[in-house]
Amino acid sequence: MKSILRAILLAGLAVLGTLAPAQAQQPIKIGMAVSQTGTLGGGGRAALLGVKMWVEDVNAKGGLLGRKVELIAYDDQSQPSTTPTLYTKLLDVDKVDLLIGPYASVPTAPIMPIIKQRDLLLMSNFTFELNRDLKHDKVFNNAPWTNAENLTGGMFDIAVKAGAKKVAFLAADQEFTQNVTAGAKRIAKRLNLETVYEQIYPPGNVDFSAMIRAIRAAKPDIVFVASYPNESAVILRGVNEIGVGDSVKVFGGAMIGLQFGPVMENLGSLMNGVINFTSYVPEKTMDYPGVRDFLARYTKRADEEKVDPLGYYLPPFSYAIGQMLEQAVTATKSLDHKVLAAHLHKNEMKTIVGSIAFDALGERAKPSVPMVQFQNVADKNMEQFRQPGKMVIVAPPELKSGEAVVPFEKARKK
Amino acid sequence: MIQAGTDTGGDALSFELLLDAIVLGMLVGCFYAAVSIGLSISFGLLDVPQVAHPAMLLLGSYGTYLLGRWGLDPLLAGVILMPIFFLFGMALYRGFHEIFEKRGEATGIGSLAFFFGVALIIEVGLIMVFGVDQRAVEAPYIGSSITVGDIPLPIRMVVAFVVALLFTGGLILYLAKTFTGRAIRAVAQDEGALKLMGVDPVKIKQWAFGIATATTALAGALLIVITPVDPNYYRLYIGRTFCVVVLAGPGSMGGTLIAGLILGISESIVLTMFGASWAQAVSFGLLLVVLGLRPQGLFGR
Amino acid sequence: MTRAGAKFWVGAAAVMLLALAATAILKNEYWFYAGFVVLQFVVLATAWNILGGYAGYVNFGTSAFVGAGTYAAIVAIKALAAPLGVQILLAAGIAGLLGFATGLLTLRLRGIFFSIATVAVAIVLETFIVNWRFVGGSTGIQILRPVDTGLFGSYTKMLFLVMVGLSVAAAAIARTLEISWIGRGLRAVRDNEEAAESCGVPTLRLKLIACTISGALMGAAGAPMAVYQSYIEPASAFSLNYSILALAMPIVGGTAHWSGPVLGALLFGTLQQVVSATISSELNRLVIGVMLIVFVVGAPAGIVGLWRKWAAKRAGAGSP
Repeated sequence: MKSILRAILLAGLAVLGTLAPAQAQQPIKIGMAVSQTGTLGGGGRAALLGVKMWVEDVNAKGGLLGRKVELIAYDDQSQPSTTPTLYTKLLDVDKVDLLIGPYASVPTAPIMPIIKQRDLLLMSNFTFELNRDLKHDKVFNNAPWTNAENLTGGMFDIAVKAGAKKVAFLAADQEFTQNVTAGAKRIAKRLNLETVYEQIYPPGNVDFSAMIRAIRAAKPDIVFVASYPNESAVILRGVNEIGVGDSVKVFGGAMIGLQFGPVMENLGSLMNGVINFTSYVPEKTMDYPGVRDFLARYTKRADEEKVDPLGYYLPPFSYAIGQMLEQAVTATKSLDHKVLAAHLHKNEMKTIVGSIAFDALGERAKPSVPMVQFQNVADKNMEQFRQPGKMVIVAPPELKSGEAVVPFEKARKK
Repeated sequence: MIQAGTDTGGDALSFELLLDAIVLGMLVGCFYAAVSIGLSISFGLLDVPQVAHPAMLLLGSYGTYLLGRWGLDPLLAGVILMPIFFLFGMALYRGFHEIFEKRGEATGIGSLAFFFGVALIIEVGLIMVFGVDQRAVEAPYIGSSITVGDIPLPIRMVVAFVVALLFTGGLILYLAKTFTGRAIRAVAQDEGALKLMGVDPVKIKQWAFGIATATTALAGALLIVITPVDPNYYRLYIGRTFCVVVLAGPGSMGGTLIAGLILGISESIVLTMFGASWAQAVSFGLLLVVLGLRPQGLFGR
Repeated sequence: MTRAGAKFWVGAAAVMLLALAATAILKNEYWFYAGFVVLQFVVLATAWNILGGYAGYVNFGTSAFVGAGTYAAIVAIKALAAPLGVQILLAAGIAGLLGFATGLLTLRLRGIFFSIATVAVAIVLETFIVNWRFVGGSTGIQILRPVDTGLFGSYTKMLFLVMVGLSVAAAAIARTLEISWIGRGLRAVRDNEEAAESCGVPTLRLKLIACTISGALMGAAGAPMAVYQSYIEPASAFSLNYSILALAMPIVGGTAHWSGPVLGALLFGTLQQVVSATISSELNRLVIGVMLIVFVVGAPAGIVGLWRKWAAKRAGAGSP
């Protein structure tokens, strides 16, 4: 008896199943793998929240092309070896319509062969020179930089204006930091700067006193640092402990971590004087339409989801990925990757981080990376960073919101 | 307070840096002895394959961090944690004894896998509770430096050096001079003789393993005083602690101090002269060389 | 050939045919990506067990041999533009040599000393790769995968088949060793090395053979990673996950019989693929740690041991 009932039920469900798509439109599926655990987990979770908020917003407006949007997100565990499997799962098992890349280049690079081979559209997320060799015409990077020159060039210009001649390099031995440092060296060569010290340290290094002492002994004008969050904190503590000497005019460059709320709160006044790249800060010159509203809503959600409460670095840009997809899909009324990519190449996209136009490689046509100097930062206060004037944009000219203070020792006391 | 180096030639400069490296290496070396002395007891004397020792060390650091959030001085926190770690060590040994030693498999792959599993659980537990971010403690002696001669020394290093020296020295004296201490050393060589003296070797071993584990509480506190820690950090100390113990020769307590100094100074020199990317391999490389050429260590029995 | 032997080879041929059929029928590439990862662990666990299970020498540094294999393949691609077959052979050769050298260096070492030495080998090797710019150093290297091979429909399917072949080969090698004089000798080493030596068992030679074969198989399993992942950097090529899983899988599956590591790897590997999207990597590792302890404490003979016990009990109950 029971089995007969179950059979009827199953048959009924099967009939419903075949009818369903004809009646209600299937949702548009968007897939991404992003680090939710591991070393990239902090940034990855914040970025994911940005995308989630876009999905909620677009669904509240009735979806895309009249269909609901559904996000499928996996955790790549900060390990590049997981992404090929996860993205084929997204493509072949979940059958997603559109793809968003993982956070950062390292987990993104392994999926590029699949993307290229199947000729897919990928909205990559804060990658760095990812498409330089592959030259796939359907990759679009949301980050405001295109290469090392425009990522850290601003800092060198300030230093040279202040009369800098000698430079010291301190860089983590990892993908992003090495590429940026290679670019910084090209800049130094172009500006005829003499390299007086150069040290590459392994990730996870915890004692920088010997290196900082050696830097001080070399008396550089510029100390260029490319580091990951953990080491950024230790380096700044070491600088405070031992000092880099009075010769140094500018200090910083590409220190990752100084963009994330928890790290910034933790370091507080130790960051004063440091000049560093970032993507967005709440200065007047970057007050794009919609970004303030987004960040206000983000702050509430961040509290619930226990991610970076400020969310300046990644979330607005992840949200912008959604906005760009939305505009392309709506304008072309298509989910065809070729059509969408052509649209993204031809048109300027309006986002909460300003208008974005792409070059042939899918990088920004007009890169513009805010170089900020930390000024008047107090200890243990997260809220202070919501005010302008703590992270003053000192370069490039189109974003500039204040003057850089040099030399470094003077700026530190500010 | 801070003097920039004088305008001397390159050779003088590198000599100055070398001197710096040696002095700093000595400070670190003493600390390495302190983090390894517990392993020297559990592994060197008792023949227990305690591969979870570095993970215990990290547990000590995080315990210190937790107590530090209530305003406790890190070193005091380390001392307070010692009895808890002592009891945990006794329990761990009891379990190990019941499961493996009684079966006669004290050094088989089961016992190794057992401690490996313990280490894994500690690491994952720390990640789940504290996340992967680095944690640091605050104390008056962290964050400033004093100048000795021409060399600026971070005060935290000096504090760690003094505490490590006192701690390691005290433990060596305890093992050499007290009755229990001598019984612990005896258990390593001749269980039978100990039984004849009316001492239960299992009890002695349990006590000794308790002490070995308790050392990781204070050593962990020293670790987080010297540097911020993250949950993966113990892997580096697998190399360092085993390098010190093997270099000293299992069972040689005094050798631990000297081996710690050798490792500290070599790492520091490699870091200064050849670059930081080679420094992490120093402990493991030294370990391999010693294992290949003189497995009984410098002062081994 | 014995009956058991015939059964094994028929089974092996069946597995190969099944895999071939799967590549012809299944359209969905995901299964081949996931299958590749699971099968890689079958090879690694089997290789680990040759030294760990048979001889009782615990290798904590599986990642050293996998990484050596991956980077050997990268060198083969960069310097010689060699095809996959050559890459695998070269990787097996290099990793086998590394195994031989490790064995030679640690011949006089017992138990935990050997284990610690293998950790050291892994770290030292990774440091060399990090400082070797030709293979990309720490920043990693991009390998451009050849365009699809027509032979099996897609490159992924071919990689999958290669891994099936390696798995079957690994199991066959392990089984052959197990039932030969080498296996008997290694078991004697595990049970009591001194006694074995005094009975005239050539313990040193046996250990060297086991180290070399184990290392070579791990290297072979690491070689296809270069084209599978197509972007390699030292941190992931020498991932600690290899070392942890290659040790946990045989211990959970059972170390005495060749089927133990195969079973453990299939079980653990599949579980990992299924849960990787639902539970965090931390929880994943916690499960490994707990299972490791549960098995060494409660069931030292692993799943195979439990199965045999159960079968024996049933046979006993069946015949009055």
